[in-house]
Amino acid sequence: MEDKDTQVEGEGTMANKATIVVHSGDMDKLYSALIIANGALAMGMEVSLYFTFWGLQRLRRGALEKGPLSKMNMLGLGKWMVKRKMKKVGVVSLERLMQDFKELGGKVLACDMTMEIMGIKKEDLRDDLISEYCAVGTYVNEAKESTITLFI
Amino acid sequence: MANIKVDCVGETCPVPLVETRKALRKAEEGDIVEVIGTHPASKKEIPMAVKSLGLELIDTQEEGGVWRIRIRR
Repeated sequence: MEDKDTQVEGEGTMANKATIVVHSGDMDKLYSALIIANGALAMGMEVSLYFTFWGLQRLRRGALEKGPLSKMNMLGLGKWMVKRKMKKVGVVSLERLMQDFKELGGKVLACDMTMEIMGIKKEDLRDDLISEYCAVGTYVNEAKESTITLFI
Repeated sequence: MANIKVDCVGETCPVPLVETRKALRKAEEGDIVEVIGTHPASKKEIPMAVKSLGLELIDTQEEGGVWRIRIRR
């Protein structure tokens, strides 16, 4: 991945960064996190997504699109209806948003404590997406030099 | 200097913005990136991204619900 133009085009890196904690594994919240993240990258910011708890579950192999709707899921019926509507409107998949995020130089951080608590092994996770396995220190370090920080 | 076309007709948020950024990353300095699309908010937001990337917005046109934005890398 080439990062040359982020440097050339960007207006300094320190104040031009977004850090998002992805705590929820709900489908709609993952959409919010990834759309904001991709928008920030598109506008020339650096972006880190810190996946923890239920969010990290979505980085298990084959689990990205498997989250329920945060409200009115109705045993999957609500999700099915929302997905159908999204398709009609032309909303892309979470997988596509994730691939775009990586292509634009976004970083995906996986919380290793969640891995321990939930018994998730590295081989269970999408290592093609994850840039780094880390803990709270990495998050704080990145967040303190970010102008946008969100907890989703 | 190349003229790079990005077709985002029928695409919705955040694809036009993301595809514009992808094309700008690949472009060489001086190249022109021309994006066409139909998503109304992107017509406003792509110029915002161009500004924050410190690049030059050549022009924006719209005809029959299809907009065209030209950017110089």
